[in-house]
Amino acid sequence: MEITRRRLLVLLPAAAVAWKYVLAGTPEGAPNYELTKHWWAMLIDIPKCIGCGSCVRACAEENDVPEGYYRTWIERYHVADWKIERPEVESPDGGKYGFPPHADDGGKNFFVPKLCNHCADSPCTQVCPVGATFISPDGVVLVDKSYCLGCRYCIQACPYGCRFLNPKTNTADKCTLCYHRITKGLTTACCEVCPTGARQLADLKNPKDPIHEFLKTHAVQILKPYMATGAKVFYNGMDGSVR
Amino acid sequence: MQIPVEGFMYPNEVELQWSILIVLYPFITGLVAGAFILASLERVFRVEAVKPTYRLALLTALAFLLVAPLPLQLHLGHPERSLEMYLTPHRSSAMAMFGFVYLWYLMAVLLLEIWLDYRHDIVVRSQTEKGWKRLVYRGLTLGSTNVSERSLHVDERLGYFITLIGIPSAFLLHGYVGFIFGSVKANPWWSSPLMPIVFIFSAMVSGIAAVMLLYMLSTRLRGQRIDMRCLDKIAQYLLYTFVIDFSLEMMDLLQRIYEADESFRSLDFMVHTRLWVSQVIVQILLGTVTPIALLGLMQVLKVTEAARRWIYALAGGLTVIGIFAMRWNVVIGGQLFSKSFLGYTTYKMAFATREGLLPAIILMILPFIILWVLVKLLPPWPESASVPSGATPVHGTS
Repeated sequence: MEITRRRLLVLLPAAAVAWKYVLAGTPEGAPNYELTKHWWAMLIDIPKCIGCGSCVRACAEENDVPEGYYRTWIERYHVADWKIERPEVESPDGGKYGFPPHADDGGKNFFVPKLCNHCADSPCTQVCPVGATFISPDGVVLVDKSYCLGCRYCIQACPYGCRFLNPKTNTADKCTLCYHRITKGLTTACCEVCPTGARQLADLKNPKDPIHEFLKTHAVQILKPYMATGAKVFYNGMDGSVR
Repeated sequence: MQIPVEGFMYPNEVELQWSILIVLYPFITGLVAGAFILASLERVFRVEAVKPTYRLALLTALAFLLVAPLPLQLHLGHPERSLEMYLTPHRSSAMAMFGFVYLWYLMAVLLLEIWLDYRHDIVVRSQTEKGWKRLVYRGLTLGSTNVSERSLHVDERLGYFITLIGIPSAFLLHGYVGFIFGSVKANPWWSSPLMPIVFIFSAMVSGIAAVMLLYMLSTRLRGQRIDMRCLDKIAQYLLYTFVIDFSLEMMDLLQRIYEADESFRSLDFMVHTRLWVSQVIVQILLGTVTPIALLGLMQVLKVTEAARRWIYALAGGLTVIGIFAMRWNVVIGGQLFSKSFLGYTTYKMAFATREGLLPAIILMILPFIILWVLVKLLPPWPESASVPSGATPVHGTS
């Protein structure tokens, strides 16, 4: 094809747009990491959580989470006797600095760490009008902040309250399961600092991962199973009052 | 800014994501759809009595439709990326279809219908007006200057066909807005298959009421007599659609009360506290029951024309306020409770910020300015149209 001046004028902007998308689709360099060989999840062992807030602080530090917003947080439940449908729940500053003592009135107290459930059928990715939020081939729900419109439909669609609008970027923000770490063979910041091992990163595609043995031998639940989102954060020892 | 919270909210839920601008979006599109459906009564269903409002209803629909995307645009974190919805739409997203539904309605239905309806007037004016006006009308002809009888007949047939397509399109436009909310399964206040249907009927109610008020106001401003046959008919249609709309909403409410699922206690508490004024007082009592009662009474009582005009104006005004309150209660109410059903947050509306009250007020004034320009450019009534002799509007009012 002969390249005339007119054709060149048409081709150049088209090529520039195409190149922009090629660059946007290039994943961060992780030479030995194979996307299709992993399917990431997390295990939360509720009886082990002491509500120290280390995970919330580590997450905020690692991911530059703005003050007042949370990629992960801890809730403290207090269930008085049989009132399983009306638990008292609190999460001061997302549990970042721990919790004040709770008066002992005979009920039970426990901590529930929360984060994005990295749902396999996530409503947030379904509703995104431009596909800026997506599930990666290794099972992590991510947001492309260079593409997100900031319409906040995904925030409304998340049944677990895991998303927020980052005031610095004006785009949707959420837990990335420390994607920049796990693709390099590290664990997440929250798992790394948990002093009791209440949080465990799990790779469901790795047959040697201890998650498989754990799931076989424990009564494990997910949050709001009736939402049918394919949540991949598994909770051991979760009370029926948790929502 | 500290936001008052009662009970427990997930920490990221405390701040509301969708503001008053998102309240305006379904309110404005509702007016568009409703106004168009009123216009189609004359065109498709041959309800001759409402003819005086035909063109006004179309221009009202256009004026509001032109403003409809602006609140969304202002609300976006990155408005400069909004075109991506057209370029790379995510097919599974209800919201991604907005641009296409909007464009379809604007370009394929409304603009085309208005143009066909006014084409004869435009051609005549492009030949008779002077100066810049002549240029404007010449541009509006789009090069089509044939106003022979046969050509006008084609316009008429095509206009009828477009209105036929326009009715389901208007339903699509607003049913779709209802679907955006109704399909959010995470939110029990929104999630309901009835939502699109309720939105369609409430759209018709608000659009009919708005055109009725605009017709009364514009006729008064022009010093003309209000056609009572027309006004009575519009009020009658308003009553019928309102009764259907209210019944649907009550069915939804009864179902929720009787089922009393896990979200019920939380939502019930919210209605009795945070939404008591906006929902029970403004939306239901003042904005629905009162206008239905007033319009209903007009069907059974013999009332003087002057009194009827005042009552229709009151009922119409209350209706528009009631439908606005309904949009408010859907959008804002749906974000005041926690998805844990254990607590409530508060909506703090700012004033002169991007998503504050001031831009909302400006956005509500803007359609009226656009409508004023449209009415000047394309007069919907014959007496002030001053169309030169020999040019009879295709859809002139009587």
